[in-house]
Amino acid sequence: MTVAIVGVGMTRFGRHDELSGLDLAEQAVREALADAGTAWSDVDLAVGGSNVSGKPDALVSRLGLTGLAFPTVRNGCATGGVALATAADAIRAGRARTAVVVGFDKHERGAFASDPASYGLGAWYGETGLMVTTQYFAMKTRRYLHEHGLSEESLARVSARAFRNGAAHPRAWRRSPLSVEQVLAAAPVNPPLTQYMLCQPSQGAVALVVTGEERAADLAERPVRLAAVSVRTRRYGSFEVFSPSLDPVPRRSPSIDAADSAFRTAGLSPSEVDVAQVQDTDSGSELIHLAETGLCAHGEQEKLLADGQTDAEGALPVNTDGGCLANGEPIGASGLRQVHEVVRQLQGRALGRQVPGAPRVGFTHVYGAPGTSSCAVLTLEGARS
Amino acid sequence: MTTVVDPGLFTSLDPPRLAGSRCRSCGTVTFPVGGSCPRCTLPGPDTVALADAGTVWTWTVQTFPPKPPYVPPAGGFSPYAVGYVDLGDVLVEGHLLVEPGHLRIGLPVRLVLTPVGDGSRSTFAFEATP
Repeated sequence: MTVAIVGVGMTRFGRHDELSGLDLAEQAVREALADAGTAWSDVDLAVGGSNVSGKPDALVSRLGLTGLAFPTVRNGCATGGVALATAADAIRAGRARTAVVVGFDKHERGAFASDPASYGLGAWYGETGLMVTTQYFAMKTRRYLHEHGLSEESLARVSARAFRNGAAHPRAWRRSPLSVEQVLAAAPVNPPLTQYMLCQPSQGAVALVVTGEERAADLAERPVRLAAVSVRTRRYGSFEVFSPSLDPVPRRSPSIDAADSAFRTAGLSPSEVDVAQVQDTDSGSELIHLAETGLCAHGEQEKLLADGQTDAEGALPVNTDGGCLANGEPIGASGLRQVHEVVRQLQGRALGRQVPGAPRVGFTHVYGAPGTSSCAVLTLEGARS
Repeated sequence: MTTVVDPGLFTSLDPPRLAGSRCRSCGTVTFPVGGSCPRCTLPGPDTVALADAGTVWTWTVQTFPPKPPYVPPAGGFSPYAVGYVDLGDVLVEGHLLVEPGHLRIGLPVRLVLTPVGDGSRSTFAFEATP
């Protein structure tokens, strides 16, 4: 059965000092229901995810005690993708007709802190200062630039484009454009990554209304088909965060596997994508993920970025809402923010920069610790034949 | 006598050698010692001493103090370099006792012990081979 997204809702991303995580989630769900022109009483399944900001299923006490099923998921940065996959599977299996998917988080200021024991690592790993996500991003980026002949300027171009897109998006957190020169000259947090090449923990919520095909036409003028959503964990030989050791030639990645699965399921190829959102927790991650998902070849990123091809008007528009770099990362909400943006792009009602030329095929990619990726292919009904 | 952050990380301390696991079936080497092979899933790998010298495979500098459970030095935080070192069979992550200006991929390094936290305990690190 075809699964379609018929409503989207999203809070502003950034800091919400007066609102709790559940407040944000409620706001997003109500907006998504209104967008679909339906009501909570019509929803027979909800799937929610939050990394640290409350129990998603506690939302029933605010939205209505209707007795619906409400599983919750928690897969780091991949939480949103896993929540969407869970809802889609239930609809395909006939266990639900109208589902709400919601992801939210409200993180404190500063870099994330991580507990070694929860990752199966010895206390020494945290005590000695190795358990820092930004270190990992920097080390993986440095090696990638080295292997594929990419410049640090290409990292800055990723950030400059993200902030350009964020500046145009009314729900984005960072809304001031920065030049390539400003990004390169900023404080080196974990070289080669500067302050503006790393996203920051932030706060926000996103919700979707998902239905089967037969209801989709009733609920949305232009339903967006979820052509595929795939989730994969790492195989041996990938370069993951919080790894005291690696294979001498780490070439695998859960992003490669999840993207390949999603494109195969959808029967589409990466070259057919009109608008893409890929995980950009840092500029280097975006460069890497563009190639790992098949959207470009390894090493091709330098020219794509220099030529403006990843801008909204380019051949491969990427992170058109500013991505994690301009929105920060509320872990539970990030993956669904990507879907929110792609749905709006395909429907021609982007809140920020609209990709011209009636895009028909969208792609989303998230990647989370300790090596989970979720990819989705979204198409507009009646897509080009 | 040297006190280390975790004795299980080492096969010996003088000179220091790191303890890894080598799969009895596929030969995959991992660090620290684990109960089964992450590649082929076979339990009961052999414990082996890893090479004590290699080359820098990638690196960065930690410029800001990490949140707990990181324990800063008694004298306060100062930036430190970390990286992965190619020991042949495996890449191992650790501190690099090399001036950032001298760090580069391919730099030859060797295993040493270095004090961490309040200075009462040591961990492994890599310094430039003289």
